[in-house]
Amino acid sequence: MTTTFEPRSIEERANYLNVDYGWKSWLFTTDHKRIALLYLFSITAFFLIGGAFAVGMRLNLVTPGGLFEADTYNKLFTMHGIIMVFFFLVPSIPAVLGNFLIPIMIGARDLAFPRINLLSWYIYVTGGLFTITAAFEGGVDTGWTFYAPFSTTYSNTHVILTAMGVFVAGFSSILTGLNFIITIHKMRAPGMTWGRLPLFVWSHYATSIIQVLGTPVIAITLVLLALERVLRAGIFDPALGGDPILFQHLFWFYSHPAVYIMILPGMGVISELIPCFSRKAIFGYNFVAFSSVAIAVIGFLVWGHHLFVAGQSMYASTVFSLLSFLVAVPSAIKVFNWTATMYRGSISFETPMLYAFGFIGLFTIGGLTGLVLATMALDVHLTDTYFVIAHFHYVMVGGMVMAYLGGIHFWFPKISGRMYPEGWAKFAALVVFVGFNLTFFPQFLLGYLGMPRRYHAYAPEFQVLNVMSSAGASILGVGYLIPMIYLFWAWRHGPKAPQNPWGAKGLEWEQSPTPPPTFNFNTPPVVTEEAYNYAEEAPLG
Amino acid sequence: MSGLSLFPPNASTTAGEVDALYSFVITVSVIMTILIFSCVFLFAIRYRRRSGNERPKAIHGSLVLEIAWSVIPFAIMLVFFAWGTKLYYKNYVPPENTLDLYVTGKQWMWKVQYPGGQREINELHVPTGRPVKLTLASEDVIHSFYVPAFRIKHDVVPGQYETLWFQATTPGRYHIFCAEYCGTGHATMGGWVTVLDPVAYEAWLSGGASGGSMQEQGEKLFQQYGCVTCHVLDQKGRCPSLRNVFGHAVALDDGRTVIADEAYVRESILNPNEKVVAGYKRDIMPVFQGQIGEEGLLQLIVYIKSLSNPASTGAVGKAVSGKAVSGKSATKGSTK
Amino acid sequence: MAETDAGPLVHAAGVRHHFDTAEQQFESATLGMWVFLLTEIMFFGGMFGSYTVYRNMYPDAFASTSHFMNVTLGGINTAVLICSSFTMALAVRAGQLGSKKTLILFLILTLVLGCVFLSIKYVEYHEKWVDHHVPGPEFRYADSRYFHHAQILFFLYFAMTGMHALHMIVGVGLLTTLIVMAARNRFSATWYTPVEMIGLYWHFVDVVWIFLFPLLYLIGHTA
Repeated sequence: MTTTFEPRSIEERANYLNVDYGWKSWLFTTDHKRIALLYLFSITAFFLIGGAFAVGMRLNLVTPGGLFEADTYNKLFTMHGIIMVFFFLVPSIPAVLGNFLIPIMIGARDLAFPRINLLSWYIYVTGGLFTITAAFEGGVDTGWTFYAPFSTTYSNTHVILTAMGVFVAGFSSILTGLNFIITIHKMRAPGMTWGRLPLFVWSHYATSIIQVLGTPVIAITLVLLALERVLRAGIFDPALGGDPILFQHLFWFYSHPAVYIMILPGMGVISELIPCFSRKAIFGYNFVAFSSVAIAVIGFLVWGHHLFVAGQSMYASTVFSLLSFLVAVPSAIKVFNWTATMYRGSISFETPMLYAFGFIGLFTIGGLTGLVLATMALDVHLTDTYFVIAHFHYVMVGGMVMAYLGGIHFWFPKISGRMYPEGWAKFAALVVFVGFNLTFFPQFLLGYLGMPRRYHAYAPEFQVLNVMSSAGASILGVGYLIPMIYLFWAWRHGPKAPQNPWGAKGLEWEQSPTPPPTFNFNTPPVVTEEAYNYAEEAPLG
Repeated sequence: MSGLSLFPPNASTTAGEVDALYSFVITVSVIMTILIFSCVFLFAIRYRRRSGNERPKAIHGSLVLEIAWSVIPFAIMLVFFAWGTKLYYKNYVPPENTLDLYVTGKQWMWKVQYPGGQREINELHVPTGRPVKLTLASEDVIHSFYVPAFRIKHDVVPGQYETLWFQATTPGRYHIFCAEYCGTGHATMGGWVTVLDPVAYEAWLSGGASGGSMQEQGEKLFQQYGCVTCHVLDQKGRCPSLRNVFGHAVALDDGRTVIADEAYVRESILNPNEKVVAGYKRDIMPVFQGQIGEEGLLQLIVYIKSLSNPASTGAVGKAVSGKAVSGKSATKGSTK
Repeated sequence: MAETDAGPLVHAAGVRHHFDTAEQQFESATLGMWVFLLTEIMFFGGMFGSYTVYRNMYPDAFASTSHFMNVTLGGINTAVLICSSFTMALAVRAGQLGSKKTLILFLILTLVLGCVFLSIKYVEYHEKWVDHHVPGPEFRYADSRYFHHAQILFFLYFAMTGMHALHMIVGVGLLTTLIVMAARNRFSATWYTPVEMIGLYWHFVDVVWIFLFPLLYLIGHTA
């Protein structure tokens, strides 16, 4: 990047950051951009906590005997899963980047329900406090899946408190999704037709559908679970006539679509990055947009692929297997379209684009190994082994976290009004990529060799691969810490960002000042062209 | 066993088939990955930005390409699906004339019972060259019985029987793991399956005999709990005779029909009033819920099986089919 | 935050800063409410799903439990709720017409009917408590063969009607707020959005009960 930083004449122009100071102006704000930052800091905190649990796990697995007690390890992976899934992955891109960008991208002054948006953050924090309290009170050891009857009858840890934390946080997710749906339907600027929406917005629309329709089911399931723990009346307890498999059906009815809550927003970010750094309109806009919706819809019909060995009828399994292959098609469509977008483009390699490359690579591997697991005869051997762990970390961490970091770097100038240090950023992206693959690739091999998940101790022949994985994890950890440090530094000391450092298209770069004022636009925006019209010069400001 | 081999030992008839399918899926996936990666690399290098003023022309899409890269991958996936489903079905339904062994999981051990009465904990001995069917029961939470060398796994769900079958091919000792998280000792809830050739297996069986075969132990329980007075000797019609019942269709008092399989017998012992045979009264037989352990139940079932004609004991493929069904689908179930 | 940042836009009274027109604001609120009710359907759907599974597994036990439900009180409650939906609809109509007195009258009527429902529900719960039909260690059931399965039904009964009652309590709170707002002249024929929204909510809660009543009270009375 060779952009020179012109000194801005309106150096101290009023924006959403300097309009007001003091803790009240943050904790009582209804500005979607400030709420996004509240989310950014709380989500980063949960990422650090969840990451610390992961460090504990990888440390334990360096030796076959395990460094910690079995119970300690069981609590570590449970807390890691719960915090990362419900308090990091699910809210991350929607609540931070989505919150910040969706109103600006569609030309609105705020989300449709600004106070509900603030409420959702408070609900999220409350749910988080429940869960953190449970962790400090001694933790919980059910696994993030809370399978009955272990969770209802046998575990003597803080199941109810943790379940309530997840229950509460669920409402934060529902409210965010609801807010997005209404905003996208009702708040678009003149000229911003559905066919001109940025794909980031499309993917959040699809995500919101899942959040709104799926989350209530996990909420009520956790209520039943907690009631059962108190009453011991047998709703999921086979000894009393209940059906533990019903719990699994209810749980995965949400939790499988939830993985699309986690990945779809990441796909939205990538759909912004690739056109920008290829200076070219997205290839197959309609297909990329509708594939998001297709994923959301089909994603609701595949949950049974988690129960291939749980005694589900083989005909039900067959249908779920077929639908699981079907849901891979829209994901494949996206990957092909991104690749085609680069064809005859003008590609540059700033940090966000490096993360986009990383995303395509790792998501492709994560997606294809998903096909391995959708193949029933292979799933029999591989389910509940490290192969599954590796698969969903390739999608969630390799895909989603890569997209999150790419998005954070891409919109950092927008959010903070500063530039981050490009050299450090490229270095960190490389470290993350190498560390990630070293951590999780060996786990595919471990999985096929038969190492089951959630084992605090393992057979000696698995040690070599486990040590590789732990070594990779330490590199990955460093890779995540570097951006936190330089972004924190750049927020105060980075060079002032120009209006549009990437020459990107979209209302947020072209019509909203950097950083935006409280109501996002100085003059009401009007949209006159399709999204990603990179063939014409964008104002470089 | 080298630390860096890609496949676990191959010790069952299924293992090779699963490995073949896996190799196929992985190969196709690697080709797809290489295809995508080379496009990305090629484009990234070939079309790298050479000057800041470049404004490439927009290409908005191509319907032909979109259809091609939706349909072709899906067609390939259908091959995965068809192959995987065929193999899954084959591994799902046990063949005839299996050697039946009984495995009970509890926190945190596997207890194995042999028809001859031998018992083991965390050890399973099986012969080569003969299909072995395991009936799996759990005393507490959900476990999962997993032998990587056989490429088989099945959850062991409390309150119902699950079955699993395999045919071992290579003598040796292989891991048994619990694959479904079950609490503190989950990681140590494992053991070894020892595969012996048939001659060695017979020798091993004769060495380990104990207090009677499973059938004899079941008969003992049958007398001890007083079942025998009504269900075999008594002909006054208070309760149905158990001769020639197992594996047959039974008409219930509410008009439904069930197949008397392991699951139905289990339910009828623990909760006799749930599905009462047509023509008999409720509340005559005591409820045995909480009175008999899972292992005792399995012994009783083996005994009750023995009261039926051997010809009819092919029974039902899937042990969970004891749920009441309407007459039509019940007969369909019995043909499995 | 400084409202002066709103820029060149001039807003009609009651239109919040981020909306362009009152119409846009009203449409957003309505759509928001409908989407919220969708989440509510999924929320209750989890329990209806569990109910379906268990009723399919234990049809006789479930049929037998319905004889221990108080059909008379349940029936009266059904009527009460249907009436309350009617008064709520009239309240919304009054809001539309901007007639404050009628609005308050029908809101109070709805509130009273809601409280009647909850009181009757309390009587029913008390009966269940006295009869040891509350799931848990104290649970008793006359027909011993159905003990466990009846307990599951009563678990679902309390979960479903309890969640429903919780929604009624929230509704009563919302109605109270509406009455206070109406008394303070907050509504007009041009702006009565909260009345309309809470009306939707109230009808939804009624409809849930319309499903609960036959599924829990009447299933055993068919034969």
